[in-house]
Amino acid sequence: MAAAPLLEIDDLRLAYATERGTVRAVDGVGLTLRRNEAVVILGESGCGKSSLAKALLRTLPRNAYAPEGRVRLDGAEVLGLPEERFRRQVRWVRIALVMQAAMNALNPVVRVGEQVAEPLRIHRGCSRRQAAARAAEAFAEVGIPGDFLQRYPHELSGGMRQRAVLAMALVTEPDIVVLDEPTSALDVLTQAAIMNVLKRIKRDRGVSFVLITHDVATSSEIADRVALMYAGQVVEEASAEAFFTAPAHPYSQMLMASVPRLHQPEPPQPIPGRPPSLLEPPAGCRFAERCPQRFDRCSEPPPALPLGERHRVRCWLHATGGGRP
Amino acid sequence: MSPRPAQAAAPGEPLLAARDLQTHFELRRWGFLRTGSVRAVDGVDLTLDAGEAAAVVGESGCGKSSLARTLLGLHRPTGGEARFEGQPLARLRGAALKAYRARVGYVQQDPYGALPPFMDVRRALEEPLIVHGVAPRAERERRIEAALEEVGLAPAGEVWGKYPHQLSGGQQQRVVIARALILRPRMILADEPVSMLDASVRVEILELLRRIQREHRLALLYITHDLSTVRHYTDRVLVMYGGRIVEQAPVEALLERPQHPYAEALLAALADPDPANARRERPVPGGEPPSLAAPPPGCRFHPRCPYAMAGTCDVYDPPALGVGEGHTAACWLRA
Repeated sequence: MAAAPLLEIDDLRLAYATERGTVRAVDGVGLTLRRNEAVVILGESGCGKSSLAKALLRTLPRNAYAPEGRVRLDGAEVLGLPEERFRRQVRWVRIALVMQAAMNALNPVVRVGEQVAEPLRIHRGCSRRQAAARAAEAFAEVGIPGDFLQRYPHELSGGMRQRAVLAMALVTEPDIVVLDEPTSALDVLTQAAIMNVLKRIKRDRGVSFVLITHDVATSSEIADRVALMYAGQVVEEASAEAFFTAPAHPYSQMLMASVPRLHQPEPPQPIPGRPPSLLEPPAGCRFAERCPQRFDRCSEPPPALPLGERHRVRCWLHATGGGRP
Repeated sequence: MSPRPAQAAAPGEPLLAARDLQTHFELRRWGFLRTGSVRAVDGVDLTLDAGEAAAVVGESGCGKSSLARTLLGLHRPTGGEARFEGQPLARLRGAALKAYRARVGYVQQDPYGALPPFMDVRRALEEPLIVHGVAPRAERERRIEAALEEVGLAPAGEVWGKYPHQLSGGQQQRVVIARALILRPRMILADEPVSMLDASVRVEILELLRRIQREHRLALLYITHDLSTVRHYTDRVLVMYGGRIVEQAPVEALLERPQHPYAEALLAALADPDPANARRERPVPGGEPPSLAAPPPGCRFHPRCPYAMAGTCDVYDPPALGVGEGHTAACWLRA
């Protein structure tokens, strides 16, 4: 029998109140993650991928409604936990977060070593000395020279600051690290170096990653599994092997064809049209308007249909007996 | 829209030619004590023919945006020379500078920041026409309509009353491109035009720039950090590092047979999507790009270069050496 998932997200929903109405940023997302697995949440801006991370860690802005659905960590429901227990038992203890542009959120007047040690003192009750020693280990692990512990953020390059926030997320030894666009503001070589660090940590530490990105090429650098989001929903969840070599959802296929590649003689193909507004998403399939393969049934909302082991596609083309007539 | 015929450039002469171009910025000055300068552009040689599309590729801090701003006449070069249609840029003043700016269209990185929030599309496009004395009003309107159609925002009537915040990122960038085209320039300078856009929109904008460049035989200088977006959209690539061009080549040659170790490292760090990527680490040279305030002696890449030869690369500055048809690399390995 397959191992029980470490993290199980089921029918997660998150909405924001805005001047123009309710925005359903995450609308029925399901996802599973096993120990030592890396899942990439892939999607274009506005698809709800960052909101998913926020709902998971409950780092929500004030205009967000309480997330609905189920989030189980090792089988235990955590979405309904009172905030105080969630803070003490889950956030940063079991699930750590590297926010988008976190490297620019370091406190400019506190030495980086102290900042990296801080979660240990807060969440693990370590003494100042113990915490400093562990922070030094974490620095070594992410490839920052030890003497950088004493430096201030402005004395570090962007790549080094990004490593420091990574060290901060790892220092409490969480089971899962959620990374929101960890390399998008960095240069090509620095990006590759950070991805190398993540690969090493995954191999040596057995940590699980949830990596959120819009960049298809970057996602293939770490993914064991990919969940592609479109208009607040996961439209395809598959192994990296299946997703990158034989994607099943028409949007997945078109997204793959739109990626500019270094070594490919055929030019990339843009995807005509725009994603729908999350204020009033279409009643049927949300991609139907842009889909060259749409047919009558697409006016009904497709469920996430199983296509193989841990492979699900939100598309009527893959319904048994429900496909194209 | 039809481009104007070349004026001053002699036949066979490139549209744009820079030789040993330098743009240095002075750091803080304490009385008459100078603390040094940042050598953002430090000896750049480049040429661009009419109707040619070239990419300048480099990482942040390599000087590529300073190069763009110098070529736009926004910074005065502190050394060397750049000529456009045979005219030295450094000497352009007043009316001549204004005329030059009408001949070079500029597409910025952040389309939302490039468009004034209080101007609707029509007003944003009319502004350059008014500044450059295009009259009467009916002629301006005709040109605005044509420019919007050109960038795929037809019918013009639907967009021209809109304000930037009512447009998507891709539409905003189309308006910026229309504005760059409206004075019928000979060259478009696009500084990271797609880095703030979503993947699927990126390709549309790059295709649009390429189509316009070809149809009107414009020169295009496309500045980017992303080598994966140069194929199909440019003819030639110039790789910039530490304020200099370290390699230039036809796009295929650069992507398939890079000759400078830095270009090689950039290519090795990038990947096309492939599930196998997750199973191997990428080779990345150690260290960081050089400070432009205190660049290393000799080749600027030598402290990070796996092939650096002591006594040569750390002492002597390599010149651009020919390594193939239209292909040069500033590297002693190629001597």
